[in-house]
Amino acid sequence: MIWLTLRQFRVQAAAVFGGLAVLGVFLAATGPGLADDYGRGLASCTAQHNCDQFGSRFFSEHWGNYGVLVAIIIALPGLIGVFWGAPLITRELETGTHRLVWNQSITRTRWLAVKLGLVGLSAMVAAGIAVLALSWWADPLDKAGVSEQPRITPLLFGAHGVVPIGYAGLAFVLGVTAGVLTRRTLPAMAITLAVFAAVQVVTPLWIRPHLVPPKSATVTITQQNLSQMTLDNGADVMEVQTSAAPGAWTIENRTVDASGHEAALPPSLMNGACAPAPPEAGHEPPPGPPEKCFTEIARLGFKQKVVYQPADRFWLLQWAETGLFAVLALGLSGLCFYWTRRRLS
Amino acid sequence: MTAVIQARGLGKKYGQRWALSECTLDIPAGRVVGLVGPNGAGKTTLLNLAVGQMQPTAGSIEVLGGRPASGPEQLAKVGYVAQDAPTYAGLSVGEHLRLGARLNPRWDDAVARERIGRLGLEPGHRAGKLSGGQRAQLALTLGIAKRPELLILDEPVAALDPLARREFLQGLMEAVAEHSLSVVLSSHLVSDLERTCDYLIVLVESRVQVAGDVDDLLATHHRLTGPRKDTLPQDQHVVSESHTDRQSTYVVRTDGRIHDPAWTVGQLGLEDLVLAYMTPAPSRPTLEAIR
Repeated sequence: MIWLTLRQFRVQAAAVFGGLAVLGVFLAATGPGLADDYGRGLASCTAQHNCDQFGSRFFSEHWGNYGVLVAIIIALPGLIGVFWGAPLITRELETGTHRLVWNQSITRTRWLAVKLGLVGLSAMVAAGIAVLALSWWADPLDKAGVSEQPRITPLLFGAHGVVPIGYAGLAFVLGVTAGVLTRRTLPAMAITLAVFAAVQVVTPLWIRPHLVPPKSATVTITQQNLSQMTLDNGADVMEVQTSAAPGAWTIENRTVDASGHEAALPPSLMNGACAPAPPEAGHEPPPGPPEKCFTEIARLGFKQKVVYQPADRFWLLQWAETGLFAVLALGLSGLCFYWTRRRLS
Repeated sequence: MTAVIQARGLGKKYGQRWALSECTLDIPAGRVVGLVGPNGAGKTTLLNLAVGQMQPTAGSIEVLGGRPASGPEQLAKVGYVAQDAPTYAGLSVGEHLRLGARLNPRWDDAVARERIGRLGLEPGHRAGKLSGGQRAQLALTLGIAKRPELLILDEPVAALDPLARREFLQGLMEAVAEHSLSVVLSSHLVSDLERTCDYLIVLVESRVQVAGDVDDLLATHHRLTGPRKDTLPQDQHVVSESHTDRQSTYVVRTDGRIHDPAWTVGQLGLEDLVLAYMTPAPSRPTLEAIR
């Protein structure tokens, strides 16, 4: 059965692993250069004491490539689900070969176990290789982008650690399940794609933040923790955002009044304490709002409430999410076994 | 006499429709059994139940003393060539034999190679490129080399031209002689079965109409022709009847002899016998009521 499974799987396997090999060549060719650039830049910025700027500049310079690679890692499980999972059983049902193979001296249960096991394992290996290669390549970028785009934030989280392996396993089993239930390849592919895309959207929005109860803090707004201040004279709105902790994933970020209720900053601040200093000839404008702005906000009793997952919870969240997907994948596998034994003919 | 297939009140329902109902059968071992009936009569359903491809809705079926497809041992004892002889289009002939060898503990590689060689099939050819007749032969080879005790074939020759049909059935009969197999094969054409089968089951509209040894069936069925008469004596089981203004023709099943000199008694061929069961007389219920 192992031989037959591998024989039937070889074209699809070659396509995905071939693609990964091409990706690997690109990463191997560009990775060392990237690491060297980062090392040199870091040395020179340490001498000049402006490493914050260097980090964000280096990260945004390479974000083009990095973004594409992250997109590949995020798309890979979906592709595996659609092209490995969905046709796994439907191809047999559509060509009638299930009636050939189920009448050899092997039970359907064993037949399905070998197919699910081997191809599912390959799916997880493919995702594992891809994420390992990317993590090696992107190591300097993850260090440089720690304040810009920490790896715990939704986009990068899904392309790091062990989560992509869990996604690949789940997407594969989802494809097989859709195939077993619909019995036809194309609808199964479409369903797999739609459901899995939904999983990838829903998870970071509503599930991941609560896998571990997030931390919450109400802090005084200062020059140091301010990450963004928006003054919109037209709409008469003023908003601030603070950074929770270095490398953290901020889930909520809102201004509260002295009693702790969500509140808007009075727009009068925009033309008062927080008005930007008039540009002086020959001088760069100062980088942020004047210090009296923060004093005034504090005097009025406004603070910033942040809900966040700190950077050191990266692996905790990774394992929790992978575990959740593993449970889902096992549940769907059970359904596949039941349906194949009882409902298919 | 041991039964290879024993069905008791067997039924299978698809949605609201019974594809097979109240099927009670004892098919003896060592026979070549023809299962005949029009398209949609339930032949495939009965065979699929016998190999465990599907589960019955009602009743029970035992094959070689076991529940169909209940485990590897049971699967090894029953060979199945499904309708349209499915094969993996992307796999070569040789790879099909390898598949058979890997998935069947009793696989007889010598028989498989010899058959493939005799049929002139190249081991390197992909199954998708074979003709319908060659594909059916490949599927039959897999079924035979598995060395089952019972080989079931569902419409194996339906898609074949007359020559391929004859070659296929010849190959089957050689294997039966060589390996003392029990065989059940279905067809909607009696002519396919006439030369190969010694036991016949007629299935019409999801019900078994008649089942028995071909020679017995031929000996106990008669065609009666005579002046028009709407009823027959009580001991006659009427299979079919047809009337013109002056003349009546009955096909009856009886163990006794027919003495009434009013009737001309004729023998039935197998094809006529099957046709008689496929086209039962519309007035038969009334006739039975009179009886």
